[in-house]
Amino acid sequence: MSKEELVILDCWVSPFCMGVKIALAEKGLEYEAREEDLFGGKSDLLLNSNPIYMKVPVLLHQAKPLCESTIIVNYIDETWPSPPLLPPCSYGRAQARFWADFIDKKLFDAGCNIWRSKGEAPEEAKREVIEILKQLEEALREKAFFGGDTFEFVDIITVPVTSWFHAIEKFGNFKVEDECPKFSAWMKRCMQRETVAKVLPNPEKVYEFLIMFRKMQGIE
Amino acid sequence: MSKEELVILDCWVSPFCMSVKIALAEKGLEYEAREEDLFGGKSDLLLNSNPIYMKVPVLLHQAKPLCESTIIVNYIDETWPSPPLLPPCSYGRAQARFWADFIDKKLFDAGCNIWRSKGEAPEEAKREVIEILKQLEEALREKAFFGGDTFEFVDIITVPVTSWFHAIEKFGNFKVEDECPKFSAWMKRCMQRETVAKVLPNPEKVYEFLIMFRKMQGIE
Repeated sequence: MSKEELVILDCWVSPFCMGVKIALAEKGLEYEAREEDLFGGKSDLLLNSNPIYMKVPVLLHQAKPLCESTIIVNYIDETWPSPPLLPPCSYGRAQARFWADFIDKKLFDAGCNIWRSKGEAPEEAKREVIEILKQLEEALREKAFFGGDTFEFVDIITVPVTSWFHAIEKFGNFKVEDECPKFSAWMKRCMQRETVAKVLPNPEKVYEFLIMFRKMQGIE
Repeated sequence: MSKEELVILDCWVSPFCMSVKIALAEKGLEYEAREEDLFGGKSDLLLNSNPIYMKVPVLLHQAKPLCESTIIVNYIDETWPSPPLLPPCSYGRAQARFWADFIDKKLFDAGCNIWRSKGEAPEEAKREVIEILKQLEEALREKAFFGGDTFEFVDIITVPVTSWFHAIEKFGNFKVEDECPKFSAWMKRCMQRETVAKVLPNPEKVYEFLIMFRKMQGIE
């Protein structure tokens, strides 16, 4: 498939964009990534492709826009079925979608409550992140990945946010590995995958980005 | 199929429960609805079936729990494919899921900002509801339903919240029909469907419920 068929309106630090790029890589699909300028102003293409939210990621497939990362990953899986990212049975798919939705709704925002705080991060914010990770550990149980033996949908939706953990740990003064060792082990397994390692940014760069962003927002 | 196979942990006034019941009705499926006591305390079955959110609706299919209304409706559609609630092509399905997600995230909460206010509803809250409905009118365009000629997924996710509009209009002192006539016309078309008319509660009862609920919460 030619590169021009798939374009992602992208931002290197957005976990939601990372989810889409990992899914594309898992399917062996080529695509063009167009970096949106977070501070300079959003492109007309982005504003026209996603008028409701005006956010990345947007995936353009043959110029048709798709928005919302979980919906995009679902679309990628349905359009290019091999290898499958969702389980074959409808109950398994419902379970996968439930966890993806949970992570979408909860994990990123909970992490933001830590790095967005002025001064010391509130204990409540840290507790919330740890609680969410413990709930994910329960879902993981003794499996290698959320899907079982293979890296799949829920793993793809979850692993990108972990690139922000180094920063969140620094601002929050705690370590995920100490609080949630099983989750930490899962993170390491995911990072061994080439598709993940190539997409996720260097956590130190995420931390530097957030330091700069906090300064811009007047949070010191 | 025997009734015992499908059980919904229900609440008569919850739009999220209504969506599931409409979807089941559209598929001609029999089910048992167990009303949860909103104020007396949630059942053990609910708390065990949905430990993450502890909320209705929960659909139990052969005793296996499914949570989150949009995910449940998706499951119903995949498990009993006829008649289909989602379009056949993956792009159409992604569009339908996008709008269902938008409505899930925005419409109910925006309405709540009106009836939850003490005293007069804030103008901003009213503007937000109207803006969302106008965005939905744009998605609807000249179609009879969101899916086109047939009543489908997005209609099923959207129509239940409209049972709260009479109450929201009273608290907010505005009329949806005046502000968004196209959306209002769509509501009337949906109400002509037996599956919808049987499931949606009497809007006056919803209004009475909210008056009582506001008193309980100390919002007069």
